[in-house]
Amino acid sequence: MKIATGNDLATGDVVWWDGAGWSRHVEDAVDVGDGGAALIAREDAARRVNGAYVIDATETPHGPRPAHIKDRIRARGPTVRLDLNVAPADAAAGSWVI
Amino acid sequence: MYKYDQYDQTIVDTRVEEFREQVARRLAGELSEDQFKPLRLMNGLYLQLHAYMLRVAIPYGTLDGRQMRMLAHIARTYDKGYGHFTTRQNIQYNWIELKDTPDILAELATVEMHAIQTSGNCIRNISSDQFAGAAADEVTDPRPWAELLRQWSTFHPEFSYLPRKFKICVIAADEDRAAMRLHDIGIQLTTNAAGEIGAAIYVGGGMGRTPMIAPLIKDFVPIDDLLSYVEACLRVYNRYGRRDNIYKARIKILIHEIGADEYRRQVEEEWAHVKTLGLDPPRAEFDRIAAMFAPPAFDAATPDTLDRSDPDFALWVDQNVKPHKQPGYAIATISLKPVGGIPGDATAEQIELMADLAERYSFDELRVTHAQNIVLPHVRKADLHALWQALDAAGLATPNLDLISDIIACPGLDYCSLANARSIPLAQKIATRFSSIERQRDLGELKLKISGCINACGHHHAGHIGILGVDRKGTENYQLLLGGSGAEDASLGKITGPGFDEDGIVDAIERTVETYRAVRTHGERFLDTYRRVGIEPFKEAIYG
Ligand code: SF4
Repeated sequence: MKIATGNDLATGDVVWWDGAGWSRHVEDAVDVGDGGAALIAREDAARRVNGAYVIDATETPHGPRPAHIKDRIRARGPTVRLDLNVAPADAAAGSWVI
Repeated sequence: MYKYDQYDQTIVDTRVEEFREQVARRLAGELSEDQFKPLRLMNGLYLQLHAYMLRVAIPYGTLDGRQMRMLAHIARTYDKGYGHFTTRQNIQYNWIELKDTPDILAELATVEMHAIQTSGNCIRNISSDQFAGAAADEVTDPRPWAELLRQWSTFHPEFSYLPRKFKICVIAADEDRAAMRLHDIGIQLTTNAAGEIGAAIYVGGGMGRTPMIAPLIKDFVPIDDLLSYVEACLRVYNRYGRRDNIYKARIKILIHEIGADEYRRQVEEEWAHVKTLGLDPPRAEFDRIAAMFAPPAFDAATPDTLDRSDPDFALWVDQNVKPHKQPGYAIATISLKPVGGIPGDATAEQIELMADLAERYSFDELRVTHAQNIVLPHVRKADLHALWQALDAAGLATPNLDLISDIIACPGLDYCSLANARSIPLAQKIATRFSSIERQRDLGELKLKISGCINACGHHHAGHIGILGVDRKGTENYQLLLGGSGAEDASLGKITGPGFDEDGIVDAIERTVETYRAVRTHGERFLDTYRRVGIEPFKEAIYG
């Protein structure tokens, strides 16, 4: 599947396109198919996202898992500061990234 | 310490207000990212992996307690309670919100700090020896010259859009504690036969994709001509440096292509012209700056002895404390490399404590080192034990300066959007593997440096042992380099062979240091042994 990600303009937070808007959680990301470029152009022009791009991901029972480690680290947070992760209580965050 | 005059303050305050307006326009949708990006970069604001990152300049790594406390305040108020001290003697905050940035810069301006020229193709923060003003081996304090260069380079109209970024370092001792020859321009203040002060100028060093050690371009520039000579060096680069290829744009490539002799000839020609323009400041202006770096009021009566009866304290003294030029005083380095910690990171509380301790014990002065540690430059020997106790209670007394666990590591893939691989977890694993302080001390001076990509912010080329993270088909892979040095015996590390995964590289390092132990002769450092026996015995042990 293909999912779209970027950063929130004002806060810089990593965000994912959830079909209606931009979510902080990769689990909410939806397949954008071939429509990624048009979506990003529209959202960027409306200043609703910054630096957005489309990535490959695999569908899992817990939601999309980005194909590249860089985007998995973006999805969760630094692997060396799990306390600062998007879901700090998630004990499996480290192994999910690797 | 340098104190802003009204011009400095006006420049910084005006810039804050200008940026406040630019941020407002971006947030209101009037500026696109393409329009805004160069503006934010000129104010040290990057967009990194998780958020905006703000890089704050610490000129030549020197700051006072009030400034340090402000860094803690920013970490606590606008970030997630910590900051990262970098190999450029600066500090970075990883979780900054765009909307807060003008307020942060306004707060920094109240303590004479800013983020100007911490990015972009301009002259960046001038770096220097962290022991400046305290070291017994310096010919003069290099910081007044670094400050003069800072003022000259700030908003220099000709050098704001160079072919590529530009880094200058000033030292004044034969022992190079600042990796001087790995800068675009390295300046070593020295004296001639007549005892006059001047500067040896090295140009065209650097790390990154094409690492080079700067050749000597001029062995003695009279000190009053320093600015005009450096101006001439920059002018030749600005005119002929390549702008068509980012990988060939640094001055090191220009000098490599035309040769040091031809570059020197052109600089001399340019200098003959520049000297007539009256660029060099009058002596009185230099003296005004230098007066602000006058030595503190040392107590000549303070005892020059030390009670070493506490063994843990004695260990810390042996490893982290260096001789001072003033009898009765010492230079103390605070290691930001606890075993298992993140190299260069400090919490707001730790930053505040270091500010307090500087005020109490070090004439209100601190330094940031390129090895990502903090120095208290002027501590009475009689105060060292109390200082150590306070540091120890805060987890800041790791006695590992220049040992294998005193690792330089860039932020890597945990934070940096340019990274190929993570650096920090590797540093943590290596430090943990070698956590025994007895073993570390037995291995002696061993500088291990890790970069998460070819940009080499972690100085891997200059590590006695260097590690470079690469991307191998989407997985992290690490190359091992041996034999580099950023010191006065500068050299570039050589790659041993095929790379390793995260566990494999830690094992390879273990085999490397065990080979050293097996073949070293008495008193040889790792680097000395490597230079004597070459890379082969190490390769055999690693891959054999
Ligand atoms: S070396 Fe590469 S990964 Fe490390 S901080 Fe520099 S750009 Fe980022």
